[in-house]
Amino acid sequence: MEYTILIVLLPMLTFIVLGLLGMKLKACTSGLIGTLSMAVTTVISYATAWIYFTGARVDGVYQKWVPFNIEWLRFTDTLHIDLGVLLDPISAMMLIVITTVSLMVHIYSLGYMKGERGFERYYAFLSLFSCSMLGLVLATNIFQMYIFWELVGVSSYLLIGFYYTKPEAIAASKKAFIVTRFADLGFLIGILLLSFFTQTFDFGVLTSGDRSIFTQAAGTTFMGCSVLAWATALIFVGGAGKSAMFPLHIWLPDAMEGPTPVSALIHAATMVVAGVYLVARLFPVYYFETPEVLHGVAYLGAFTSLFAAVIACVQTDIKRVLAFSTISQIGFMMVALGVSGYGGHNGTGYMAGMFHLFTHAMFKALLFLGAGAIIHAVHSNEMSHMGGLRKQLPITHITFLIACLAIAGIPPFSGFFSKDEILAATFSFAPAMGWIMSFIAGLTAFYMFRLYYNIFWGTPAEHEHEPHEAPASMTTPLIILAAVTCVAGFIPFGKFVSSDGADYIIHLEASVAITSVVIALIGIAVATVFYRKKSSIPDRLEQTFNGLHNAAKHRFYIDEVYLFITKRIIFNGISRSIAWFDRHVIDGAMNGLAFVTNKMSFAIRGLQSGQIQQYLLVFLAGLLLITLLVLVC
Amino acid sequence: MEFTLEQAGFAFLAAVIVIFSIMTVTTKRILRAATYLLFVLFATAGIYFQLNYSFLGAVQLLIYAGGIIVLYVFSILLTSSDEDKKAPLRNRRTLSGLIVSIVGAVMCIYLLLTHCYPPVLFAEGEVDMHAIGYAMMGTGKYQYLLPFEAVSVLLLACIIGGLLIARKRK
Amino acid sequence: MEIQMQYYLLVSTVMFFAGVYGFVTRRNLIAILLSIELILNAVNINFAVFNRYLFPGQMEGLFFSIFSIAIAAAETAVAIAIIVNIYRNLKNIEVKNLDELKD
Repeated sequence: MEYTILIVLLPMLTFIVLGLLGMKLKACTSGLIGTLSMAVTTVISYATAWIYFTGARVDGVYQKWVPFNIEWLRFTDTLHIDLGVLLDPISAMMLIVITTVSLMVHIYSLGYMKGERGFERYYAFLSLFSCSMLGLVLATNIFQMYIFWELVGVSSYLLIGFYYTKPEAIAASKKAFIVTRFADLGFLIGILLLSFFTQTFDFGVLTSGDRSIFTQAAGTTFMGCSVLAWATALIFVGGAGKSAMFPLHIWLPDAMEGPTPVSALIHAATMVVAGVYLVARLFPVYYFETPEVLHGVAYLGAFTSLFAAVIACVQTDIKRVLAFSTISQIGFMMVALGVSGYGGHNGTGYMAGMFHLFTHAMFKALLFLGAGAIIHAVHSNEMSHMGGLRKQLPITHITFLIACLAIAGIPPFSGFFSKDEILAATFSFAPAMGWIMSFIAGLTAFYMFRLYYNIFWGTPAEHEHEPHEAPASMTTPLIILAAVTCVAGFIPFGKFVSSDGADYIIHLEASVAITSVVIALIGIAVATVFYRKKSSIPDRLEQTFNGLHNAAKHRFYIDEVYLFITKRIIFNGISRSIAWFDRHVIDGAMNGLAFVTNKMSFAIRGLQSGQIQQYLLVFLAGLLLITLLVLVC
Repeated sequence: MEFTLEQAGFAFLAAVIVIFSIMTVTTKRILRAATYLLFVLFATAGIYFQLNYSFLGAVQLLIYAGGIIVLYVFSILLTSSDEDKKAPLRNRRTLSGLIVSIVGAVMCIYLLLTHCYPPVLFAEGEVDMHAIGYAMMGTGKYQYLLPFEAVSVLLLACIIGGLLIARKRK
Repeated sequence: MEIQMQYYLLVSTVMFFAGVYGFVTRRNLIAILLSIELILNAVNINFAVFNRYLFPGQMEGLFFSIFSIAIAAAETAVAIAIIVNIYRNLKNIEVKNLDELKD
């Protein structure tokens, strides 16, 4: 099984080749190289997942496999950083998700990015991203994960800023990098705390259920909380940054400035669920050692989910709607993990969260790719420039509708099954929370169908030239993903992924299922009434709830709050004074030193005239002086 | 006071040396300075003869008066320029140089005149030329073959170096 | 022996300080060299005098003077070669012009 390392190395190699030789190759050649290498990686990943899921069970429980491991840095006997490959149900599942979506995006980009400047650069970055994301999910230890975590951040930064001539893209890439980097600081501190007290980085040891490694941390508290709680909370901060949890979500909507396939790959399907994956990876630590932090994760996820859903209802840029929808759905996953128990039926939430991650990756990638096809057709992101496109873009229309139904939670599409499990888990955790999540699910249905109707129904907008269906390289991934979305719900997901690795049979609870479907249908119905034909109801509602509407439209002014804090308080109050101190006191001391030295040198320069006559004169004068002193004294 | 011939000779030589050495450094014309220096060197040779160091006096006459001064005169003639004559002799170091020299001279003279000397063991008579020859060519104690050879090598090096420096570059 | 030793020394002292004065004040390179010759001569006289008056049986002072003369000759030869070269480049031999290396 050593060949699994190829899953990481192959995209890395592609990145190096395309990065170094890309300028020499023809654009289509580099695209094909990237796509082919991704296809090979996909095949290897599928084979790996197949071998793992068919062979890794001992007494009905999935074991962790480490088919490849090299020690890189050794600090103490137990504390060492390795680089390796860890296979367990969630990493195998993530392999499938990442490679599938990545391959689809690679193929799709062949059509979407055709003729763009920097085509080979784009594929090089895509390969870098695939490499780092795969390395992240395959990490055997938390430090390796951190390394690839940062690499993912870098490639996200590079891809958001792909159109580096656009000021918005540059600002967005900087914002994404700084916000996630800030969150990663928490991650790093969390890693250090955790590894300091447990003396290990290794996931296998951390999640083995052996609680003795945590005894050293027992009793150590900081500001009223146990140090382990701090560690796991800080690690979650890192995950929240990548997964755009409130209040670190601000970078994700802006990240939509990047090319749309990139949004599909990074900012919908893979990278943004890294935080969810992180929590899932360390789930036993969270559950057994710091359940209060896990509950915090659930509450934060629920709040973010609601918050983002409300904003998504009023946005007019279709990619922004999808971005907020992504935040909302990631909130669902976080809630699922947060409310989960461990083992058997208690582990529903864990399974549901992973299941939703899987299905969401598929249908959200589909939505983004569909949005890309629409943008490709009408050259705009604004809803007002669309409308009535169902005739011109039939394939996009059907696939987009399937994805909308899936995210809304209508059976038999995949979203229904995963979301239903989440709701069931939430209801069994706390009924109030269950109702809130159901309401959010209704909101989801509403805003998705608002989007759908605004794009494909309603009055057609004026276009400079007639919109036309995208080329085959773009529609093929759409169809494949739509097919996956249709059938993914019937995968017996519990057989593969569950909190304790044992089999878990998904069974739908009729009450929850019916409730959620009814709520979703209500959401769809409301959207149909509002947006299918031109209707005055939305405008009147807008008038009535003017304040709320405005606030939601401005994303509840979170960005402004950030700007206020950073610009007014940090920059003006703190940085400016520090800069003043640096420029005037520290630099001033150095400059003063240099100035004094300079002046002194000029002053004594006359003595070093270089004229031997003068030297002799001074020498003799000194000699005479000394002689005189000797004589007189 | 009654002067012996010897004392008169010394007084004459001393006067020549003092007067011409001062004139050497105060005259404006460089060629005259060289000439005055020649007189000083002659007088110095005279002092050596008076001290009964005939060999040293002869060497002084041969090398200094006969060789070095000629070299100086040649180089003066080779390098003369109009600026030499126009340039004022006085400059900002004149005063300080004068003060240092006079103070130094006065101090040394004062020390010379007030110092108690050990008893003089003056031995009349010429130094034996044989003795000089053996001392110069011997390798034993108080014999000077090694410095002699070193000086000869030094002179050779100087000849080569002088040629190398002064030759015309292409 | 009528002439006292210090008279010789007086003469050489005056000669020495005349050389010093010349060395410090003159600006022509050859004049400076002439001053150096004066200084050397004063020293040579002292060697000879001390040898004759204080250690008449030995010859160290004598030989020191001889070698000093030889070295003075060598020094003169090299110095004059340099001076001629400077003259060739600058068309004069004033000390104040020799500051190319200073800045």
